[in-house]
Amino acid sequence: MASEIMTLNMGPQHPSTHGVLRLVVELDGEVIQKITPHIGYLHRGVEKLAEHRTYHQALPLTDRMDYLAPMHNNLGYVLAVEKLLGLDVPERAKLVRVIMAELTRLKSHLVWIACHALDIGAMTVFLYAFREREMVMDLYEMVSGARMTSNYFRVGGLSRELPAGFEQKVQEIVDTFPGHFDTYEGLLTKNTIWLQRTIGNGVISAEDAIDYGISGPALRGSGVDFDLRRDLPYSGYEDFDFKVPVGENCDTFDRYKVRLVEMREAVKIIDQALKRLKPGPILADAPQVCYPPKDSVYNSIEGLIHHFKIASEGFPVPEGEVYMAVENPKGELGYYIVSDGGNMPYRMRVRPPSFVNLSAIEKMAKGSMLADLVAVIGTLDIVLGEIDR
Amino acid sequence: MAENNRAVVKLKERYADALLEYKEHRGEVTVIVKKESVLEVLKFLRDDLRYNFLSDLTAVDYLGQEPRFMVVYNLLSIPNKDRIRVKAPVTEADCSIESATALWNSANWLEREAFDLFGIDFKNHPNLVRILMTDDWVGHPLRKDYPLQGPDREPYKGRLS
Repeated sequence: MASEIMTLNMGPQHPSTHGVLRLVVELDGEVIQKITPHIGYLHRGVEKLAEHRTYHQALPLTDRMDYLAPMHNNLGYVLAVEKLLGLDVPERAKLVRVIMAELTRLKSHLVWIACHALDIGAMTVFLYAFREREMVMDLYEMVSGARMTSNYFRVGGLSRELPAGFEQKVQEIVDTFPGHFDTYEGLLTKNTIWLQRTIGNGVISAEDAIDYGISGPALRGSGVDFDLRRDLPYSGYEDFDFKVPVGENCDTFDRYKVRLVEMREAVKIIDQALKRLKPGPILADAPQVCYPPKDSVYNSIEGLIHHFKIASEGFPVPEGEVYMAVENPKGELGYYIVSDGGNMPYRMRVRPPSFVNLSAIEKMAKGSMLADLVAVIGTLDIVLGEIDR
Repeated sequence: MAENNRAVVKLKERYADALLEYKEHRGEVTVIVKKESVLEVLKFLRDDLRYNFLSDLTAVDYLGQEPRFMVVYNLLSIPNKDRIRVKAPVTEADCSIESATALWNSANWLEREAFDLFGIDFKNHPNLVRILMTDDWVGHPLRKDYPLQGPDREPYKGRLS
């Protein structure tokens, strides 16, 4: 019988594509010959919009990109602007940022493990992981008032002080989450179906991973020992003691193990940060940049004028350009901001980790079965809001 | 200072003709090279100075200046844990530059995006088609003369405030 290539359209409304990703897959029988991803369904022009907003106004655009890790997006942006300004942030603000960033990592990885496992047929984990994710969501709501579009960080520090009872809630997470991780591992690590679906799936060597620009847990799963938090530290990460897990076999199972260890390490970082958290200022002493405290806005005319000036005009940023990258749960999230000396970014470029990681999908899935493609999409941990921006 | 940066020292020795400018701002080193030599310089940085990871590739539109565009390469050295930024000027009249896909596969989608949003032609790119906008889209949205509100609105006339 003559062999014939079949073209299959997967998505954009396929549940396992984690959003509006469309893959045109060419199949020989069940074996993948070619994958053509089509993206851009969620393109909102974030980079263009940022050019027309002041630096404070551009901040809420960022958490709408990677909506599974909003605070990391905020963090990268505020760090980039602070670097452009040469602004230093108080210790307490740095620690709170680290706590929120690592909680965000937990939140993002919990969605990853839930959906990844669900895609491959292990539904139980999904229900457990979403239960735990809700605890992190509650904390989000406590500090920022929103569950996803947090917009909590500010250029210069934080938008408001932590609410009462926050630390106990975080402590609860620190105490209980390692037990939950044991549960997930108990459900998956020795689960025969899980092992068969993940071992040897989506293999990409260390050289290829670097060549394709893969970053984050997927890069470490391929055996490259690199983590921006440790190797190019920001926001005070150099003071924390944590391990960077590295895989050996470059496959989906190793990436799974790497992310699980990352979650455990995130809990350790939160624990350390919590112990060091002391009362103090949460905003840099830079009145030309930061919003004044609400108390002074409501009760003094000077404060009101100050607030109005910052809100309407923003602040000028010295001419220059910076590239600031943070270790997002998905990989290297970079902000390249060019300032022409004005109050709005001349150019704001976001280096989206999922976008670059996704470009390697054909390399990872070619020659495997169609069903394995679902596992590859899951292990890349993509989020389309950030790919399309 | 930028003069003491290991990459700048080497580039000054080897590519004195191609090196247009180098500077350091907020601890980040930027070198500007002629676009004809950009692949050569990137290859040298990748192979000899171990800037093995292309973090980002993008463009900036400096409307009103000549040359109008800058193609920006943000490189990372995983072994040495440092970064360098390479920029290459591209004029509006000859809006093209050699593709970096010969050096990194990660350049593939990043160049497609720069082509899509800025209209810069990357020569020898294996598949230079639009990636974020639809195939039949007219114009390049991230150009400064492309109106924010959409193609049929007033063009950009400077800052709003």
